[in-house]
Amino acid sequence: MSVRVYDLAHSRAGDKGNTSNISVICYDARHWEFLERELTVERVADAFRHLAKGPIRRYPLRNLKAFNFVIENALAGGVTVSLAQDIHGKSYSNVMLAIELPDPK
Amino acid sequence: MRSKDTVRVGSGAGTSDDRMVPALELAERGNIDYLVFECLAERTVSRENLARSKDPDQGYAPSLHARLRMVLPTCIDRKIRIVSNMGAANPVGGARAARKEAADLGLGDIPVAVVLGDDVSSLVQHKGELRLIENGEPLESILPKMISANAYLGADVVCEALNTGAPIVLSGRVADPSLFLAPMMHEFGWACDDLTMIAQGTAAGHLLECTASVTGGCFGWPGKKDVPNLANNGFPFADVKADGSIVIGKTPDSGGRLDVMTCTEQLIYEIHDPTAYITPDCVLDISTIALRQESFDRVRLANATARPATPTYKVNVGYADGYIGEGEVSYGGIDAVARARWAAEIVKDRLKAQGLTYDDFRVDLIGMSSLHDNLESRPEPYEVRLRMAGRTANRKAAHAIGFEVRAMHMHGPGGAGGACEPRVRDVLAVKSVLLPKSMVNPQVVVEGSL
Repeated sequence: MSVRVYDLAHSRAGDKGNTSNISVICYDARHWEFLERELTVERVADAFRHLAKGPIRRYPLRNLKAFNFVIENALAGGVTVSLAQDIHGKSYSNVMLAIELPDPK
Repeated sequence: MRSKDTVRVGSGAGTSDDRMVPALELAERGNIDYLVFECLAERTVSRENLARSKDPDQGYAPSLHARLRMVLPTCIDRKIRIVSNMGAANPVGGARAARKEAADLGLGDIPVAVVLGDDVSSLVQHKGELRLIENGEPLESILPKMISANAYLGADVVCEALNTGAPIVLSGRVADPSLFLAPMMHEFGWACDDLTMIAQGTAAGHLLECTASVTGGCFGWPGKKDVPNLANNGFPFADVKADGSIVIGKTPDSGGRLDVMTCTEQLIYEIHDPTAYITPDCVLDISTIALRQESFDRVRLANATARPATPTYKVNVGYADGYIGEGEVSYGGIDAVARARWAAEIVKDRLKAQGLTYDDFRVDLIGMSSLHDNLESRPEPYEVRLRMAGRTANRKAAHAIGFEVRAMHMHGPGGAGGACEPRVRDVLAVKSVLLPKSMVNPQVVVEGSL
């Protein structure tokens, strides 16, 4: 059994230059510690291995029952030079939401 | 409800292409004191600088005409002051255009306060030793191709412009949150070093700077994160008191939703280290912030903290970096993906045969891998659209991509349909440097008489 990040949290992606930042925000604060334990930089790096070179940093934001993932070298050079369709990587939050984690129960 | 000691700062645009009507609805029904239009993406100033080089009267945001024509009658009538960076690469030209719009609408002679000094292109011409933040190389490496260099000015100079009393303030590059912080500083006399107030105002500015992103736009998900009446979503405002207490609200009787969830998504948006969000006005820490649902569609923002501003301005340097060419064509039905892949190989062979080379090249199968790559793991869809794109210094090479993709109609695998016209666009790249604030001279001039 597993859960997806999607089941526990919502997410939005933003861009600055060639760096993507992706928030993960718990629907229920009680899931924050589970995500802190399971939604590791390694798991996120694995999900984004086709898209980003990294490095990846994770910032906990307990006050917002959230995390902020900052992924460098993620946007094909950045908005102004990228050949991608989604030059801002706005759709990257959906890669985050699809990450599977061990069942918390 | 709103009391008299509260100032209401509304958000009327969060990008140059933002929707128009919600700003008018906010002005008409929102009981606001200020309407802020944030209209500059990273490369917009470069683009407008090119426009200005062709016509010295141009160079401000082209949407200035339509936006002001729409809201000016209401704003002038209700004494709602307008603050905007729509001046782009020509704030004085923008001010003249704004004054003409006002006169044409029969609103009389409206003075406009103009913020100048963000254009530091002459200054950095002699600063080739500055290091580019993105790759550590010297600025010198892109100086020959430079189109524009603009410092992100802060709220202090926008506040100074508001102090003139002009109904409209126009700037070029100003940090987005600073446009919203400035009216608060002006109204309440907040000092630049009053970090508790500056932190609250900056955090509010960050929540407001993307308009509908805090009112249910870029948020909804059917069955999971429902947004009522998203088609008529309203724009947000901040109710601000002198003591720095702030509540975010939105246009009454508008669609969308404004709650802790929407505000949290926007608060973290485009933040890196949450304890160090650097603006010209302060170094904001969002890790202390508390968001609380105050009432329906109203969220209280509290406990923002900040450290003093850094001694430098971030400067965006725009430069010409060749061309991007692209083409698309579709395949459907049996073996759609196999035919699309074959077509891509044929196009690549034909480009190679012409001796064309590219700094970067990309093949997407739209429907499978154009957003998140990883083609091999994706299930085959019924139909797929082949997209090929390349970046090159050679305009003809850029055009050839779309030309050869379109030729798949007649010279490729069977059953190709719906190719687009070849597309070529200029690449306006942006990199940035840090410039000591002491070298920059932000200033205010007034067009028209006060």
